Amino acid sequence: MLDGRGAIRRRAGARLWLSGGWLLLLVTVALFAPLVAPQDPLAQDLMSGRLPPFWSAQAEPGFWLGTDSLGRDVLSRVIWGARVALTVACIAGPLTALIGGALGLIAGFYRGWADRIISRLVDIWMAFPPVLFSILLIAVLGTGLTSIILAIVVIDWTRFARVVRAEAMNQGAMDYVAAAQVAGFSRLRTMTAEILPNVLPTLVALLSLEMGISVIVEAILSFVNLSLSTDAPTWGGMIAEGRTSIHQAWWVLAFPLVALFLTVLSFSQFGEGLKDRFDPVLR
Amino acid sequence: MLFLQRLLWRLATTAVTLFGVAVIVFTVVRVVPGNPIAMMLPPGATDADVARLKALYGLDRSIPRQFLIWGWGVLHGDFGTSISLRQPVLGLVLGRLPATLELASMALLMAVLMGGAAALTATRHRGTRVEAGIDVTNGVALSIPDFLWGLLLIIIFGVLMPVFDISGRVSPDLKLPFTTQFYLVESVLRLRFDITADLLGHIFMPALALAIPLAAIIGQVLKQSLKETMELDYVTLARTKGYGETRVILREALRNAILPTLTLVGVQFTFLIGGTVIVERLFSYEGLGNMAIDAVINRDLPLIQGIVLCFALIFTGVNLVVDLTYAALNPRLRHA
Repeated sequence: MLDGRGAIRRRAGARLWLSGGWLLLLVTVALFAPLVAPQDPLAQDLMSGRLPPFWSAQAEPGFWLGTDSLGRDVLSRVIWGARVALTVACIAGPLTALIGGALGLIAGFYRGWADRIISRLVDIWMAFPPVLFSILLIAVLGTGLTSIILAIVVIDWTRFARVVRAEAMNQGAMDYVAAAQVAGFSRLRTMTAEILPNVLPTLVALLSLEMGISVIVEAILSFVNLSLSTDAPTWGGMIAEGRTSIHQAWWVLAFPLVALFLTVLSFSQFGEGLKDRFDPVLR
Repeated sequence: MLFLQRLLWRLATTAVTLFGVAVIVFTVVRVVPGNPIAMMLPPGATDADVARLKALYGLDRSIPRQFLIWGWGVLHGDFGTSISLRQPVLGLVLGRLPATLELASMALLMAVLMGGAAALTATRHRGTRVEAGIDVTNGVALSIPDFLWGLLLIIIFGVLMPVFDISGRVSPDLKLPFTTQFYLVESVLRLRFDITADLLGHIFMPALALAIPLAAIIGQVLKQSLKETMELDYVTLARTKGYGETRVILREALRNAILPTLTLVGVQFTFLIGGTVIVERLFSYEGLGNMAIDAVINRDLPLIQGIVLCFALIFTGVNLVVDLTYAALNPRLRHA
């Protein structure tokens, strides 16, 4: 049993370090994008369009990962795209967690009418195909960073509400909650001081996952050309461009895809790793 | 009796959900900026032309009134007329639905096969590196959504090793002698296996992209469920009878381990269907989701409403069936 726990903790450790490392690198690169990016991400040069990556004979120095059909530097656009992706993740993720978590907590702890209304809303939301829903919302709200973040919050709050509600119901049935009530805690205080801390590990793991999902949603929206202006460097926009010229210049699609892949994987693994680390049973 | 009660209750809540979806989508699409009417008319159209066309589509009335008219039509099978394609919405939706259903079913089949194989292999090789490897693969497969799997598959099997087609549902130069839109089913029934092969070559990658995350979930849950079952007495009894390990897993444990997985697959299947929207777009597959994105871009209000309602109907339908199956199969719920 002890050995089992040790193995799990070691694996969680490696997971945390690897995923945390990539996210840290990404944050640094995004913060210092103007210094790190070798080229101007918007600078077009039709004479040097579709240059291959550095290991190819036709590569040109300074364009490490090649250029797209308009001659824009792929590496610089991936770096600037990280800014957009992380901005969306860092605002949309916590906001969704806050709203969804609060509604889930209220539904799960207070039950009654609040629960019935919130649960019915969740049911209705779950009957929408999420991608279609987000595209529809962007069509309503207009493109831009704020609209993307708003769309993510409006759609994904149910993810938190469902899980936190179930967790709060589990915790609410436990003796320590009854004890708190006997000790004269108000309902509100019991919820915030007793239930919330016990729901927190789940919430944190879910938040990390949600940040990865936000990155994907942004990429999907820019893929269907509904995110920022067409010119702005976004991973999804690069992927859309790369998809159309995939047989001529696969690298335009491949590099933003790798960045997206590692980022989404890291967010989810980081969350799982944190959960394992803070899980009181494993600790 | 209790089952009947549950059935009626679930039917009622499903109706409420669908009504909610209709209200929300109806309101949302009417707030959309951008005038679909203006897009239909040639330049130089007069205000009177605009007003006439608005009246034709009923857009000159108040939103609640429009909703009543639309709702009344829906109940009578009339979903309105698409503004961009100028055809009845119902026909358009029914024309594309089979393509999406075939894609989703193919994906589900692949997910069950892959996930089942992973769980059985991991159980057969418990405690070895094989199991650890399957666990890690499952973890990665689960964290990456279908959109990214689709892109990866396009790069790997579309470009680096061009084995499969990456665009469309069927090669455009093929003559299709079909009467329904269920191409895959009909090609098999008509024994036109050349067309079947072409269709499979097109459906393989989008279906695989949708299947991978679901396969990972099936693999994890079935494995966990098998693990619990393998510790039960009757399995030990089977072992003492001298049955081989593979036979014990397949013939004894699997049957009892499969129930919790089944209900989970049902719920996850709706997520898979939701994923078809972007995956169809990615592979230019002519299904409902691809048409939906075009409808949003063209501000085609009646078509958007029709498609969203169609998806909502499928989602709630699948959930209803899963819920009732679970209630029917689980004796504790049946009598509770």
